[in-house]
Amino acid sequence: MSAYQNLEQMKGDFYTQKFEAGKQDGTLIINMGPQHPSTHGVLRIVIEVDGEYIVRAEPVLGYLHRMHEKMGETQTWGGFIPNMGRVDYGHAMAWNWAYVGAVEKLMGIEVPERAEYLRVIMTEFNRLTSHLLWWGAYILDLGAFTPIMYAFDDREMILDILQRPSASRLTYSNFRVGGLQMDFDDKCIELMKTFIPHFRARLPMYHDLVTENIILRRRVEDIGVIDQDMCRRYGCTGPVLRGAGVPYDVRKDEPYSIYDRFDFEIPTQDTCCSMGRYKVRLAEMEQSMRIIEQALEQLPSAEGGHIVDKAPKPAMKPPAGEAYFNVEGGRGKIGVYVVSDGGKVPYRIKLRAPGFSNLSAFAEAATGTLLADAVAILGSLDLIIPEIDR
Amino acid sequence: MNAFLSNLIPLIIAAVAAMIWLGLNALVWVYCERKFAGHIQRRPGPFEVGPHGVLQPLIDGLKLMGKQLLTPDNADAVLYWLAPLLSMLPVLLLFLPIPYGPVLIGMDVNLALLLILAFSSFNGLAVILAGWASNNKWGVLGAARAVSQTVAYEIPLLLTVLTVSFMTGSLSLLDITVQQGGHIGNWFIWKQPLAFIIFIIAMFGETNRAPFDLAEAESELTAGFHTEYSSMGFGLFFMAEYGYMVVMCSVCSVLFLGGFNGPFPGIEGWWWMLIKTYALLSLMVWARWTFPRVRFDQLLNINWKWLLPLATVNLLATALIMKL
Repeated sequence: MSAYQNLEQMKGDFYTQKFEAGKQDGTLIINMGPQHPSTHGVLRIVIEVDGEYIVRAEPVLGYLHRMHEKMGETQTWGGFIPNMGRVDYGHAMAWNWAYVGAVEKLMGIEVPERAEYLRVIMTEFNRLTSHLLWWGAYILDLGAFTPIMYAFDDREMILDILQRPSASRLTYSNFRVGGLQMDFDDKCIELMKTFIPHFRARLPMYHDLVTENIILRRRVEDIGVIDQDMCRRYGCTGPVLRGAGVPYDVRKDEPYSIYDRFDFEIPTQDTCCSMGRYKVRLAEMEQSMRIIEQALEQLPSAEGGHIVDKAPKPAMKPPAGEAYFNVEGGRGKIGVYVVSDGGKVPYRIKLRAPGFSNLSAFAEAATGTLLADAVAILGSLDLIIPEIDR
Repeated sequence: MNAFLSNLIPLIIAAVAAMIWLGLNALVWVYCERKFAGHIQRRPGPFEVGPHGVLQPLIDGLKLMGKQLLTPDNADAVLYWLAPLLSMLPVLLLFLPIPYGPVLIGMDVNLALLLILAFSSFNGLAVILAGWASNNKWGVLGAARAVSQTVAYEIPLLLTVLTVSFMTGSLSLLDITVQQGGHIGNWFIWKQPLAFIIFIIAMFGETNRAPFDLAEAESELTAGFHTEYSSMGFGLFFMAEYGYMVVMCSVCSVLFLGGFNGPFPGIEGWWWMLIKTYALLSLMVWARWTFPRVRFDQLLNINWKWLLPLATVNLLATALIMKL
């Protein structure tokens, strides 16, 4: 009786209601998460399984909702930047960039050339750490413990480098409207130049150890097919879309900042499966290194350290209006839409998180697969839960 | 009465010795596994407790004992606590018929192989009980996996063991070892290479070790059958796992690697047995920290489509050659 009353009280819980009502005979409804080792954080997925086969799966969000958009409406324009580092801890700099880019567009601010280069270098390094984190954690989801240690070995070196100009290691917030907070020092550039050949030598080892492994290939090949049609319907971007064979990358298709000055490719795979997304990400790491190399070569001299030209004060007042700016993050297209009413505080901030769209394709991709495949598909989407819940 | 006592006293001594040996091996291999894993992963492994962290497993054991024993709501308490005991106790028995020397054997049983195969199935039963009784959906899924897996992997194991007993005409491990005496060429690995490989693969499946650790698969089923166990409930499963590993590797080294016989005549001794067993255990640890986990249907496919037909063909061929 009491259980029934509880159900009555939970009528507002769409997921519970939907699943309880539609449960078939002989199936089992399990909660994967919010505390589960391979949902990486607090994602909850309600799964109806028949034996081990998934009949229905539904991601449930809201366990890490921190009201970032609402917070933006109460903070000053400059004060919102640290929030962006916390939205996606994997690729924090891309979020930083998307926000300051939107504000710069609104205010019509030109960024000094050197600052643009530094932004590109740091964001690409951050993309490497993001993909390395994903790579280690994904293989961990598939049951191999060791690769994450190797990935973190390299990631640690990048964090040591990025720590110098940004003073933080994970939740970066060193982007400023109109430029950057700090310039690179000579040691930092030297470290970057030595890291690239080191990492280039390490990548083939990753392929030898993991990509060619027969167990891994059997686990991820042809699993979790997300084709172009699905990507369009759900709005998937980033490696998920490129894994479906669409060469869409914001850096190439809507070039922002100085990305049109670099020569790099957009890796794609036609297989649409988890292995395709895996290979796209590994190939992207190589392309990121190419961009970093070119940017380091073309880097203009410091000239008195002008990386923030005529920077507005923290309590800036952009003119009334609206602006949208998007960048390519590690997980896909990051969009920030800001509206100003001419005051010290934004009128509205809307964040477009790629992980949210990518996750929504999961339910369809996972239906009919095994429970172990669901873990493989979930991992291949590269989810960062704080970004999805915001 | 006297005859009874004279049989009983050595048995008790052997059982106590087996217990100590099991405890020792579990401690050594918990340490070795963590150390191996550390070095595979480019880190030192346990390092703080004692020189090079050798006391770490002891401290871990103490920590486990200090934890609270929790029984989940609506769990079947009797079955729930019976399961870890059922997993642990048969392991003690399994050490008795394993020969470490012509005299250094707990109990020379004629049907030693049968005894080992029969009692090692208790582990599967314990896993099923644990998963079922703990009133947890992940536990049930783990138990369901364990049922199919244990049933499947016992058959090729049995078939490979049978080939060796066909050749020796005995089920006693001591007999089998003695027949491989002399030099390294007499070891059965040369006469039965296929059986050796099948045994090694089936051994991984039978002991629930990665890449075949489907019953606990922590990234899919949180911890599978032992999700709800705390304290020594978990500790016993843990020790039993290492116990079964040591038993299976010992049996493998007796069947195929000549047991306590050395590679040359005249140097046989218990240390050979130890070296071979530990080498096989290192192989298991190495595999665990290197390979991803296979999927459940793949696990069963490996068994039913490859191991079982190959083992059957191997057995029939052996029988045919023996007959000729």
